[in-house]
Formats: sequence, C-alpha cells, structure tokens
Amino acid sequence: MELTANKFKANASRALVDAQLQKALGNVEKGFIGKRQMAADALPEFDALRDNARDIKNHVLAHLDLYLEEYERKVLAAGGHVHWAETAEDARRIVLEICKKANARTVTKGKSMITEEIALNDHLSANGIEPVETDLGEYIIQLRGEHPSHIIAPAVHLNKEQVEGDFRRVHTHLPAGRDLSEPVSLLSEAREVLRQRYFAADVGITGANFLIAETGTSVIVTNEGNGDLTQTLGKVHVVVASIEKIVPTLEDTSQILRVLARSATGQDMSVYTTFSTGPKRQEDPDGPDEYHVVLLDNGRSAMLGTEYQDMLRCIRCGACMNHCPVYHAVGGHAYGSVYPGPMGAVLTPSLNGIDETGQLPNASTFCGRCESVCPMRIPLPKMMRHWREREFERNLTPAVARYGLKAWAFFAKRPKLYRLAASFGMPLLSLFGGTSRRFRSLPFAGGWTRHRDLPAPEGRTFLQAWAQREALKQEAGQ
Amino acid sequence: MTSSEAKAVRQPRVGLFATCLVDLFRPSVGFASVKLLQDAGCEVHVPVAQTCCGQPAYNTGDRADTREIAEQVIEAFEGFDFIVAPSGSCASMLKKHYPGLFAGDAAWEERATAFSGKCHELISFLTDVMMVRDTGAALETKITYHDSCSGLRELGVKEQPRKLLGNVRGVEVREMTDSDVCCGFGGTFCVKYSDISNAIVTKKVGNIDTSGADMLLAGDLGCLMNMAGKLKRQGSDVEVRHVAEVLAGMTSQPPIAGSGK
Repeated sequence: MELTANKFKANASRALVDAQLQKALGNVEKGFIGKRQMAADALPEFDALRDNARDIKNHVLAHLDLYLEEYERKVLAAGGHVHWAETAEDARRIVLEICKKANARTVTKGKSMITEEIALNDHLSANGIEPVETDLGEYIIQLRGEHPSHIIAPAVHLNKEQVEGDFRRVHTHLPAGRDLSEPVSLLSEAREVLRQRYFAADVGITGANFLIAETGTSVIVTNEGNGDLTQTLGKVHVVVASIEKIVPTLEDTSQILRVLARSATGQDMSVYTTFSTGPKRQEDPDGPDEYHVVLLDNGRSAMLGTEYQDMLRCIRCGACMNHCPVYHAVGGHAYGSVYPGPMGAVLTPSLNGIDETGQLPNASTFCGRCESVCPMRIPLPKMMRHWREREFERNLTPAVARYGLKAWAFFAKRPKLYRLAASFGMPLLSLFGGTSRRFRSLPFAGGWTRHRDLPAPEGRTFLQAWAQREALKQEAGQ
Repeated sequence: MTSSEAKAVRQPRVGLFATCLVDLFRPSVGFASVKLLQDAGCEVHVPVAQTCCGQPAYNTGDRADTREIAEQVIEAFEGFDFIVAPSGSCASMLKKHYPGLFAGDAAWEERATAFSGKCHELISFLTDVMMVRDTGAALETKITYHDSCSGLRELGVKEQPRKLLGNVRGVEVREMTDSDVCCGFGGTFCVKYSDISNAIVTKKVGNIDTSGADMLLAGDLGCLMNMAGKLKRQGSDVEVRHVAEVLAGMTSQPPIAGSGK
C-alpha cells in the first residue's frame, strides 16, 4: 500500500468526521476491551505468563541466528524448502517464482500481515495470478480494494450494511432477493463463495504466528478455519513469515499461545491452532505436495541491538490498538501504513524510516494503556519517545515546535529569569481573563482554544504568593 | 506509624515541587498541598530554583535540554527527605524517567537514582508514606474522579485518592465510566493533534456528565485544564478542581471551571 503516514493529521481529521467510520469504531471498544479483561482476570497466572512470554522472546532475539539456522535444518529435514528474503522485493520475487513453477492461476491466502507488508497481492495480480483472500475480513476488504485497518480485525472499520452492499455488488450469481440482514448470513455467503475458490486454487499462502526451531513447524491461529483449507487443499503451501516469529520449542509456543488469544479477542484459545511441518507425508490423508517457507527480514535484523529491539517481541495480538484512545478516535487507515496503532507507530519508522513516518510516534498522548495490556510487555511509549529523539536530533521536528520548545527551555533552565517573566506575565494574563476567567481564543494557543476554553490563571504565581506569605510570617514573628 | 508518631520522631523535610502549571495557573493547589503535607506532620519547603520537570522537552525528543533541567531539579531538591509533587505525571517524570537520562554517566546516574527514590506524587505520599487516612475535610457534593494516566499506570495511584475522598464528610463519589481512560491532554499532544484530542476529551466529558456528579476531581492540573476547558466550552456547570483542594478543605477559590449545579 502507498505509505501516507506523514499525512496522518489530515487523514485523522477526515476520519473524525466520517460518521460511518465513527459508528464502526465504537465496536473496537465494545468488542475487545471487556473480553480481554475477563480472560485475564480468569487466569491467575496471566501476568506471570506475560513475563514468561517476554523472556522467551528476549532469549530468541539474543540468539536469533542460531535458532533460525536450527529452524531451517528442521524444515529441510521434514522435506520443506526455506527461502531467505532480505527485502520485500526479494520475498515477492520468491513467492512469484514458486507460484509460476506450480503453474498457478489462482492462489488462496490465509490472513497475513506480512504479505500486506510486502504488498504481495498487487505483485501477483500484476503477474497474472489471482490472489483470493479467505479470511472473512480480508475477503471483504479485498472486494473493496482496501487495506486492513486493524491487524487482527481487518474490516473493523466497516458496518454490516456496507458489507451487504459489497456482497450484492460482487456476488451477482446469487438471487437478488436473498436475506443478508444478519451477520451470520453474510458469513455463510462468504463461506459458500470461498469454498469453490479453495478447490480451484493451485497454491495456498499463509503467514505464521510462530516458527518452531526444534521441529521446523509453522503455526497459524484462526477463528474461521480458512487457514487450514488454504494450506491443505492447494498443491503447494507457501508460508511467508518474518524472522522474529521464531520460538525455540513447542513448549515455548504453548506458553505464548496462552497469552495471544486472551490478549487479542479474550478467547482462551483461537478456534483453530494449526501446526504444519513439511509437505504431505506418504501416510498423510491430505496436505500439500510442496511446503515452502519464505523468511523475511525487511529491516528487522537492523533493529537488533538498538533501542527498538523490544518491538521484535510483538506477536500481533492487536491489544495495543484495541486499547488506544487515538486509534479509537481515528481508526487504522488514518495511520497510512500497513501497521496501525501503537505497535505501528514504533514498527513503521523502523521499517520505512522516520523521515516518511514521523507523525506516527508523535500521535500519542503517552497514556501508556498500550504497554499496560501488551502481552509481551513491550514499552511502546518509551520507543515512540526514542523515535521523537531521532527526529529531534536530525531537525525533523516541525520548526514551530522546535523553536517554541527552545524558547521555553531557555527560560526553564534559568529559574531567576523564569520567575521574573512569570511574575509579570501571569498576573497580566489573569487580568485579560476578565470576569469569566477563561479565554475563548488566544493568540498562539489556537490548538487549544479551537475546541476548548483556556482557564485563566489565578494571578500571582504560587512561588510569588508563597514568598510573600513567608515574608509576612517572618515580619509577624519579629 | 500514625502521623502524630511520625511527627514526634522528627518532622520529615519535604521539598514541594509545585509543577509549572500549578505555579503559573493555580497557586491554590500549591497552598492546598502545603496544608495537607503540614497537617500530615511534614516540614514543607518550596525551593525557588524550580521551573518545570522537563516533560515538554523530554516528550519532544530533546534529551539535552531535559537533562539540564533534570540536573537543576536534582540540585535544588536532593537535600530533602522527600520530594512531593501534586501531579502524577510530573512526579513520575522525577521518579521514573530522570535516572534514564543519565545512563552512562555513573556519578549523575547514582545521584538521580537516589533522588528518584525520594520522589512521590502528593496523594499517594500522604496515604502510603505518611499513613494519612482522613484529612478532616468536609464538603457536601457529588464528585467523580478521573485517573490521570501517568499517576495511574506509572505510579499505581488509583485507590489512594478514593480512600481519602471516601472520608471527606458529605462527599458522595460517583464513578464515571472509563475513569482510567486518557482525557486527551497528553502535554503538547493536545495542541499538535488538536482534533484528535478534542474527540477524546469529548468522550471523557460525556462520561463525566452521565456520572451525575457535580464536581470533577483529578490529581493532575494538565488533565484538569483540558477537561475544564471542554466542560466550559460546552456550557456545563460541573465544577472542576484538583483533588488536593477538596482534601485540604480549601474550596473558597473559584473552581477551574463550572459553578456547581
């Protein structure tokens, strides 16, 4: 997708007046927060599991090279193929080659943010291969020519009436008078349409929630079972996953699985958790003839050893955006990048550079709710602040903010001068506040007064008043 | 140890970090803080060499200025037994963020760490360190309390103000929905992303309204000015005050917004 992260402010302003979107965004708060809380409360060891999950990933990141090599060995031993892709372009090329070799005309796809990151669908389409998204949300946005607005609920920005309209527009082979008023009828219709696509597809492409080094297994979690059909019915299964998805063992996987669905949707487990190791063996009743893993770096190895390394612990549960007041206000598309919300505000600058994405780590109140629910305990606000530091160092911070800050800091670092200025300024400002004791507009404070009044100061500063009180006390005492 | 026993041992010397917003906009919060601390048995000092904790620079990515300001604050305050601020976000800046500013400079890091160990947010200092249970205040009103983010999530200030408010004679606490969700202030965020901030504070003000409270309290003046400004713009009567004003029984100063219902 086209990166429009630096148009965030304009995107957001549009989103705020989009009535349809605002209605849909209400579902994020209603749908996720309470369920996660209930799931967490129901498990006394939830916080201990989070610590454990964090430690597992920290260990992996400290030894990533070893685990990746071990993983590759195990995939090869199971009869699979491993492809190393340093860039998004490499990954696209590799997947296309595999599809071409299989003479693929259509490919089915399980839900995968990595294939969004590398813009795989556009690349396949441009080369005459039709990608078919099989996750219901992904299917809907593919029909609409959109990108996911949420990493686990890609169509969360839509209302069911919009989906009904899309289905009627596209599924013209079905009776026009059919009832699509209920979400379940939309689901059944999508199922029916997609069922045929699975059988026709030559290649199935999925992402991976985990890659297990000890067994060479890729793991996906879904609620619709679409991933299983995608990867078992095609002749070829291609897994596209980024390198930090590695976990050492099956046991580690189950540890992290225990926090994943609870943090994401409040489920104990997703409906389907599917482990795939290599292609179909002789004794298997079904499965693909070929099993490929494309391991994508795309800037991640450069994050190792930096202040952004912790971000590589992310398991893409979406809890950060589900709890983010900014995301609630503007939705995922406003971020103008593949990954929205707090995790996107940290990851996107790492992948695309801060020059093109500087708005994202700035668009946060630092309320810290994201970090408080992150199952992997990623210090998201801290890392957003680090991005602001990188911006400031390189003079990318907008000039008005930079000069304003410098002028303020000049006084803040000189208490005597600061006191002098404040002792004149505040009483004056208080006087201007008049009897209503507020400002409805004020020069240089338009950002504030556009939407709210500015309460007028009381008059003298606290330090002035305190000094006077102490002086009077001393006089009285003498 | 009760507060009177603490007094008998030796009055703890407390440096009051007033915070820039209280200093400039609402001195009455400073005086309320002094009264609460003195009533709890503290000897209160207000060093003149204080301006701001440095958050505007810190959160804009300006580490150099932040560090200079932090050094200035540490120098002015490190001699006290405790450093107390009537703000969760400023107290957290001093307590949680200062030491990290000096990473790699062992001498200063040690100094900052020792300093940060003595820093507290006002209300939790009263309850958790000075063991105050009842401030002796009385006020006939229905209040609702907003949990400011830094105090709540970085310092764990949640039950402390509610405990003390529960013992203010005449006060009825009406919890609002999502009291722990951000008000949209976020320091410079509210002017940099004015429209988004407005959407967030509009939601907050709606929750304040439906709580049925006549008075909104919180422990951070930034959040209070944001919510007060929105309430006032909407023509609401809800009175807005810093929690210290009510706990100290000092409500003669007109509120930040509103006139009471």
